[in-house]
Amino acid sequence: MNALVITKAILEQHKLSDDEYKKILEILGREPNWTELGMFSAMWSEHCSYKSSRIHLKKLPTTGPRVVQGPGENAGAVDIGDGLCAVFKMESHNHPSFIEPYQGAATGVGGILRDIFTMGARPIALLNSLRFGGLDNANTRHLLKGVVSGIAGYGNCMGVPTVGGEIVFNDIYALNPLVNVFCLGIAKKDKIFLGKAAGIGNPVIYFGSKTGRDGIHGATMASDSFDEQAAQKRPTVQVGDPFTEKLLLEACLELMAGDCLVGIQDMGAAGLTSSACEMASREGTGVELELADVPRREPGMTPYEIMLSESQERMLMVAKAGREDEVIKICRKWDLDVAVIGRVTDTGKVVLKENGQVVAEIPAKALADEGPRYDRPSSPPAYQEMLQALNHDALPDVKDANAALLALLDSPTIASKRWVYEQYDHMVRTNTMVRPGSDAAVLRVKGTNKALALSVDCNGRYCLLNPYEGAKIAIAECARNLACSGAEPIGVTDCLNFGNPQRPEVMWQFVLAIEGLKDACEALNVPIVSGNVSLYNETNDLSIYPTPMIGMVGLIEDADCAVTQWFKGRGDAIILLGQTREDLGGTEYLKVLHHREQGSPPLLSLDTEKAVQACTIRLIREGLVLSAHDCSDGGLAVALTECCISGSAQRLGAVVQLPLDGLRRDALLFGESQSRILLSVKAELAERVLDVAWDAGVHAARIGTVGGDRLVIQVDGDQRASGCNIDLELTALYDHWGSAIPRALGQD
Amino acid sequence: MPYAMGRKLVGIMKIGVVVFPGSNCDHDCQYIFKDVLGQYVEMIWHKETLLAGLDAIVLPGGFSYGDYLRTGAIARFSPVMGAVKAFANKGGLVIGICNGFQILLEAGLLPGVMLRNTSLNFICKDVYVKVENAATRFTNQCESGQVLKIPIAHADGNYYTDPVTLGGIKANAQVIFRYCTADGKVTPDANPNGSLDNIAGIMNADGNVLGMMPHPERSAEAILGNEDGRLIFQSMLSSFGKPELQSKLIGV
Repeated sequence: MNALVITKAILEQHKLSDDEYKKILEILGREPNWTELGMFSAMWSEHCSYKSSRIHLKKLPTTGPRVVQGPGENAGAVDIGDGLCAVFKMESHNHPSFIEPYQGAATGVGGILRDIFTMGARPIALLNSLRFGGLDNANTRHLLKGVVSGIAGYGNCMGVPTVGGEIVFNDIYALNPLVNVFCLGIAKKDKIFLGKAAGIGNPVIYFGSKTGRDGIHGATMASDSFDEQAAQKRPTVQVGDPFTEKLLLEACLELMAGDCLVGIQDMGAAGLTSSACEMASREGTGVELELADVPRREPGMTPYEIMLSESQERMLMVAKAGREDEVIKICRKWDLDVAVIGRVTDTGKVVLKENGQVVAEIPAKALADEGPRYDRPSSPPAYQEMLQALNHDALPDVKDANAALLALLDSPTIASKRWVYEQYDHMVRTNTMVRPGSDAAVLRVKGTNKALALSVDCNGRYCLLNPYEGAKIAIAECARNLACSGAEPIGVTDCLNFGNPQRPEVMWQFVLAIEGLKDACEALNVPIVSGNVSLYNETNDLSIYPTPMIGMVGLIEDADCAVTQWFKGRGDAIILLGQTREDLGGTEYLKVLHHREQGSPPLLSLDTEKAVQACTIRLIREGLVLSAHDCSDGGLAVALTECCISGSAQRLGAVVQLPLDGLRRDALLFGESQSRILLSVKAELAERVLDVAWDAGVHAARIGTVGGDRLVIQVDGDQRASGCNIDLELTALYDHWGSAIPRALGQD
Repeated sequence: MPYAMGRKLVGIMKIGVVVFPGSNCDHDCQYIFKDVLGQYVEMIWHKETLLAGLDAIVLPGGFSYGDYLRTGAIARFSPVMGAVKAFANKGGLVIGICNGFQILLEAGLLPGVMLRNTSLNFICKDVYVKVENAATRFTNQCESGQVLKIPIAHADGNYYTDPVTLGGIKANAQVIFRYCTADGKVTPDANPNGSLDNIAGIMNADGNVLGMMPHPERSAEAILGNEDGRLIFQSMLSSFGKPELQSKLIGV
């Protein structure tokens, strides 16, 4: 081992504090060498150790009758019956995507796919949640194009459909875009594989791509804030090869079909270091690895580089002793590099050798589980009260509702995302029943009568204005999206994107958001089974809006019952479930028309939410509903527009009357009151549907009728100018909504 | 060696679906023929060199060899392609879908080449194609001029060939599908990728090898909202005098 003098500069470079370094000295009882220092740095990074978030994450509800695997493994798993599990997780690749959008996004997809198939599940769906700055910024356009091509390039090649997602454009993300990718796979319940190094003497086998010098210290990079020098970090971004990953997927599933495999984990963040120490730590064993046997892309790589490389498409597996040849044969069949690089030991240590010489020796648990934990100080930002203060009287009510609606449809956040999802193969594997563009994607589960509904959601602006309420709404809205397809929520994964946790106001946002997630999940009775935390989303000292992204999975017992959001036939009755209040705070309307991101987010009663969702699911299951659509960004007017024009088969107009009931006109049309769902039903069933709703304690009203080639919304009880009504041709609505993004990209 | 060899499979078609490294519609094709249409399906690893005992070969969609170099350019050197050629030359039925079509072009089993889509983007969406020749082993269950809604999903579907070859395949009724509007008009607007003459699918002169960019296996089940693509598989079955069997599936 080398005689290394650990200086302050070296610790700084490794993002280790003095206290953390002292702890390392205690654990080892000596000074670490260069390799060991690097390993601690990676494993104790925020990205790998969750050191600022872990004590709070413990509060989240993670159990339930369907939960087969909760947080802590590569992904979570919930029972969907028929001996099958849905295995899913969401992960961020924000920092790399900002530095290099194509590869950053592509390897984000690659990483989450590996998390899923490592568990023994065949991935069947990808979704993504993206946040960018405004499209008037040339760099944002570059980032959007790069990220979309990166997701497409990787997912399409893998043959895993990208079936849905959401994108929000807001200047706050201009220098810190968010790229969160969700993946779901299906596994047999009794064939779930875990990342454990069990069985003393069992071989540790490396397979996949060779190890190169790319992505070294990616985990540490992802745990740091950015400034103008960000581009210099480009070499820390990995380069993806979806073709190799496809081979890796098929090889893994073939290996898992047999019985030679004991444990398996992908090499993601912190590469070989994390997979080796986490597998050993989970099982309470140790591993001894010979680095000279690791397949390498180039000669002369040091142990430090080998252990910290984040080269993509690599796996670490523990197989049964004596079955090495079977493993090697299958890997070679799929043209993958494969090598036995070590054994499971009973020492509890990760011991690394290079040509027989020990080059590192660290207790596995110390690396994987005994990293620092911080209860960081939290306090509300000084500007919070100012943010929440919104004087309605100072806001003029809408004068020209037609113009306001068109302006909202022009907002890229609300506009059709067709330009994006047409670049994603969203149909491969032939399960996609409801394609992108409805509230939730719906996939049938082959070999069963069931379908799964998937949705990702989060309104970061709500979370900025009130982190607790915003997080609650993220869960509620995601579940509402599922309910609109007829699905009952069965599991959640989260991807918590926040700023710098060393700022008390960011920790305040984080802690409150966790409370909100907890309360909403408990009320809706849905567990969080996996997740990811992405902190330090700040550039030039400016933090992003707190964005706790939610991915939710719902189950539809009878696939034939699934419904979509668009209107189906002339003469059908339009029914609104839920009540409209004066909820203008934090709305897209306020941002687009009044250039304000202010106020309190809409009020959410979890009891009401639960009742509305249960009622919707029941009506859908009874076959009474033809379409169901959640009212969210842009309120009732935008939701009605989407019901009219988002269907691929036909566009259908509507005539709607809304009572003003003492509300402001803009709140009625564009306010974002929660717990509202628009249904369309056969006219003759309308009374029955209303009765079912009222009996369930859900506010329901017939507000109009489907038909014609215009959207007409008449506001009753308003004696003021007729400008408060909406009356627009569907073609005009579609022209704005359908082409806003290509137009902004100059590709109209 | 194919498992089908020497097995008594009476009354059903024996289909081989070739699996190249990077194929990703292989399972979808297997599902249609086996689970939906009740036929015998065998997955053929690209290193196989013998294809006896099979009635038809499917070259499925995907990214064989990662689409590196050029779509289909590496796959054509796969050991199995020698056997596919021999099978086709003996009159065996071969259908190449998407990447399978690209491979058939590269392998010289069909004339022409594929260029990048004019948008330079991958495009995944429903398109309409007009059946230009319904008197084939792949389209006999369609009406001539019938419009089918079938999705595409590709970045390189811009068919191109020289004028002489184009004249030849048109004169010989080898152009089987052309991109069109919902009501059957073959217009530039209906062309999703810049394909020459709106060509979406062509056949060889002998009528036993078809290549098409749209994915009929994605539009062959009611539960997915569209069964137009099923006509192509039913045509193949019909050309062998084999009936479609009762599906074993729930919900189909």
